[in-house]
Amino acid sequence: MLTNISTVLRACAQRNGAAAVVSARNYADFTSQATFEIKKSDVFKLDEAPATEVVMTRDEGLQYYRTMQTMRRMELKADQLYKQKIIRGFCHLYDGQEACAVGIEASIKPTDHLITAYRAHGYTLTRGGTVKEIMAELTGRRGGIAKGKGGSMHMYCKNFYGGNGIVGAQVPLGAGVALACKYKGSDELCVCLYGDGAANQGQIFETYNMAALWKLPVIFICENNRYGMGTSVERAAASTDYFKRGEFIPGLRVDGMDILCVREATRFAAEHCRSGKGPILMELQTYRYHGHSMSDPGVSYRTREEIQEVRSKSDPISLLKDRLLSNNMASVEELKEIDVDVRKEIEDAAQFATTDPEPPLEELCNHIFSNNPPVEVRGTNPWAKLKSVS
Amino acid sequence: MAAAAARLLIRGSHQTLPISSVGTGKQSCIGNALLTLSSGCNSRLKTQRRHAAHFTFQPDPVPTQYGSTQKMNLFQSITSALDNTLASDPTAVIFGEDVAFGGVFRCTVGLRDKYGKDRVFNTPLCEQGIVGFGIGAAVAGATAIAEIQFADYIFPAFDQIVNEAAKYRYRSGNLFDCGNLTIRAPWGCVGHGSLYHSQSPEAFFAHCPGIKIVIPRGPTQAKGLLLSCIADNNPCIFFEPKILYRAAVEQVPVDAYTIPLSQAEVLQEGSDVTLVAWGTQIHVLREVANMAQEKLGVSCEVIDLRTILPWDNETVCKVSGHHSIVSIIVGHFIIGI
Repeated sequence: MLTNISTVLRACAQRNGAAAVVSARNYADFTSQATFEIKKSDVFKLDEAPATEVVMTRDEGLQYYRTMQTMRRMELKADQLYKQKIIRGFCHLYDGQEACAVGIEASIKPTDHLITAYRAHGYTLTRGGTVKEIMAELTGRRGGIAKGKGGSMHMYCKNFYGGNGIVGAQVPLGAGVALACKYKGSDELCVCLYGDGAANQGQIFETYNMAALWKLPVIFICENNRYGMGTSVERAAASTDYFKRGEFIPGLRVDGMDILCVREATRFAAEHCRSGKGPILMELQTYRYHGHSMSDPGVSYRTREEIQEVRSKSDPISLLKDRLLSNNMASVEELKEIDVDVRKEIEDAAQFATTDPEPPLEELCNHIFSNNPPVEVRGTNPWAKLKSVS
Repeated sequence: MAAAAARLLIRGSHQTLPISSVGTGKQSCIGNALLTLSSGCNSRLKTQRRHAAHFTFQPDPVPTQYGSTQKMNLFQSITSALDNTLASDPTAVIFGEDVAFGGVFRCTVGLRDKYGKDRVFNTPLCEQGIVGFGIGAAVAGATAIAEIQFADYIFPAFDQIVNEAAKYRYRSGNLFDCGNLTIRAPWGCVGHGSLYHSQSPEAFFAHCPGIKIVIPRGPTQAKGLLLSCIADNNPCIFFEPKILYRAAVEQVPVDAYTIPLSQAEVLQEGSDVTLVAWGTQIHVLREVANMAQEKLGVSCEVIDLRTILPWDNETVCKVSGHHSIVSIIVGHFIIGI
């Protein structure tokens, strides 16, 4: 058995370029933490920068790995279900960008707030949604996180404000949440995300002004995945230095494919906000493997070679895996076990999502208003009205 | 899955009954009868499964007065109209999100290659900016054709349309105007569009004097109406039913032609009930009219309003004393007639 394992390990090691590990280990043999050198973030109007030497513990590493892998497999499963027409409507997948969601969550508290646009499955997971709830929401069933009425773009959970379809519109909302935090004196902050396409919306600049004027505890994060739908950043923006667009708001440009970079930058930003210095802007340079949505093959505006290159050189999960293995923080088998676990979790969730019943028709129109006597709503059938109860 | 709404207006002897009496009397009986007879609608509501579109597109007869025709679907007829415009009007420019490669619905395919990147160009993601910019270009003399990628996204531009475009001529005492502006946007439900790819926002604009709103029912109408909007000296919003982009195929004249604005078209004459609608719902109503005739012996008049604002109240109200008017609208609750 040992020779089998060592053969497998050696083969894996050759593929991943990690140091060869030849004998089976038990967990006591692993390093409990290690220090890593990470890329320096570019700064704008800041005297300091996030640290470039960071510590990651074995437990943290495994947790990040598990979450990112869960996210990745969940998105791929959603892709599969969409192609089988079990998920309908719109579906914007997050694979490739996992380091952003997991890295941000690693440095904020569950009591902090977060809001993003429509590429929201990853954040729903990190903010507390379960895979089951997310997948059931994608398939529009009653077990879904928004009771099956929201779908891919409209997922919400505690301290996670969605899930918004109109890009740019969520940014003033995020500033408002931050204002409430400041007003309540709760030391909470709001992370407010948008993309490189939305970065050209007027309301974002209005929000920068308000946030800076009133020193709101908001971290603006631009997830720059280089393409706004099919338009590359060079063709959409006069300045692609998104971290400088806040002009009077300090900014950071961070490698969004490296979870440790994202984590460290978010830690730096959170400290900045919590110390009362006001808003800060982070640009995460990241990449999405899928097209804009499921109806976009994603290769008409970029080459397959480009996608392949990012996948092979900068994949967030691979980067983390290499780090764990080469620093003896985990074994290949352990990671494989996690993979198997994750796969099972996703399968179970997909099973639930396909078999759970749809929400009952009586609930279709609920929650239009609040605390009103039931309202009659026109449906597709003008002489049989639906009722809205809240 | 179309959100069809019926609002019964009873015009007996030129008296409008109050809303509380809607649904009572003869009209509601007709309604219920239609309902039980139609296979698509079922008064016992059950979970909808989308197997096919909720209507059959009924093509218009081939027009003979505008020269040679070619088979085109809705988006191709739009491209043809834009092609004619860019060819004949050197000041015409088309801009919007993703229009350069042809647009997300292929309405501008080939135009950039043919007319150059100065005349067909992309804008960044900024609807308010697109319309504001369009108003400025129009005031300065260019024929500005702005595209809003989905009608659902038009709301950031609402201020520009209502407060700037619509009122420019009036507030400058006719010294300035942005009549050269036409805004195009895909409109209406498709079944899977959900909140933000399905809206029909004409009702919000219908209360605003100073702009014109036009919605075609098919390719031949679309090309003629769009060319009229572009030629019209008032800022126009042209909504294109997105579900018809591929589904609607007709023989459309290749050369430019116009269909007058603010003129409703009577598609079918009838003596008992008048049905008024626009866009996709016309095709539903044509089926409804046939069903009513066959199964109930009710003779329906079908009118396509075409221009929502200013609307042709003369044609619509030219009814005999015993007509009832049923207005079927898609989307937000509309102005009362």
